[in-house]
Amino acid sequence: MLAFVVTSLVCFLTYLFLTTGSGSIAGLWSIEEILLGLLLSLFAGFISQNIFIKDSYRMANPKRWLLFLVYLFGPFFIGMAKANFDVAYRVITGKINPGIVRISPGIKTDLGITMLANSITLTPGTLSVDVDEKTNDLYVHWINVKEEALKKKPVDERYICGSFPKWVRRIAE
Amino acid sequence: MIATYIIYLFMGIGIFFMLLGGIGLIRFPDVYTRLHAGTKCTTFGSIFLTLSVVILGLKTWYLGDVNGSVLAIHTIIALAAILITNPTGAHAIARAAHRSGVKPVNAVVDDLEKEEKKK
Amino acid sequence: MIEIGMEYLTILLLLFITIILAGIRIIKGPTTPDRVVGLDTVNTVVIVGMVIFGAAYREVIYIDVAIVYALLSFISTLFIAKYLEGGRF
Repeated sequence: MLAFVVTSLVCFLTYLFLTTGSGSIAGLWSIEEILLGLLLSLFAGFISQNIFIKDSYRMANPKRWLLFLVYLFGPFFIGMAKANFDVAYRVITGKINPGIVRISPGIKTDLGITMLANSITLTPGTLSVDVDEKTNDLYVHWINVKEEALKKKPVDERYICGSFPKWVRRIAE
Repeated sequence: MIATYIIYLFMGIGIFFMLLGGIGLIRFPDVYTRLHAGTKCTTFGSIFLTLSVVILGLKTWYLGDVNGSVLAIHTIIALAAILITNPTGAHAIARAAHRSGVKPVNAVVDDLEKEEKKK
Repeated sequence: MIEIGMEYLTILLLLFITIILAGIRIIKGPTTPDRVVGLDTVNTVVIVGMVIFGAAYREVIYIDVAIVYALLSFISTLFIAKYLEGGRF
């Protein structure tokens, strides 16, 4: 029951966010939009309650959202800017030395591994290819393999994604 | 007005990276490296292009038109959609490419291939 | 006919050139995943083009269409990838 209420509430807030400026209730919404949104979000909440809320309510903590925003605008954005200049350099010179390596970041939750894989894809020289579903190890395509990183298997995640696993662990676990 | 120059600057950066993504798509030798260009550059370029539209909306709002805020909010939602879906799609394509048997060209090391042979 | 600014026209033209570059990859691509990569890039560029178009005409409806297009193109990419794997859904 709680899962149903929470899912419906999130749907309703998203609907309100999408329809700002449609009328005059509180200066922003019209009565039709609010009624229709309520109906649709109850329906959507009924269908998707078991998908949206899987194991626990730990993501309902506002501190995690704040950390996520700090992560998004801090280390993530800087890494992304570096990644693009890196790709620009490689497009112009054509110097590549690719390979697929395995890293073992030790993150347990589904949301955490999704966030880490997306971060890896958007940051310098790396692209996540596959995931081992039992151990949550990631296979990463690396555009410029460093020789000294290959001595140890699985490869140290310090070379691939820097401090990201630490951040992801603080946000999603 | 300074906002106009910021909009032009962001548009310039964004379109530069978009074109770079297109050129990289032509120049790189295999699927994985092409995904590097096609995902990173277009995502970064679209961040800057949509941010310029957000600033335009905020400027319109500041000048007294309520429609500007709606423009800004909807553009932020579109940006969030791009940011979530683009890397996930790239991941899906890379995995499908590897499983359908496309090997990385000139690869130094391929841990995933060994793993698949073991099974 | 509403006039739109020169800067938006330039941006849209350059985005069109990007689409042509990705289109060359779609036609040439030696393997099927190459073509899918090109298609994915075209999708992203079309989304951004719609946002720029909405800004040029000050019409929010184009941006709503862009949001829906982003989500639908994502799903179509996932389905094509799943098909290439030859897997079950």
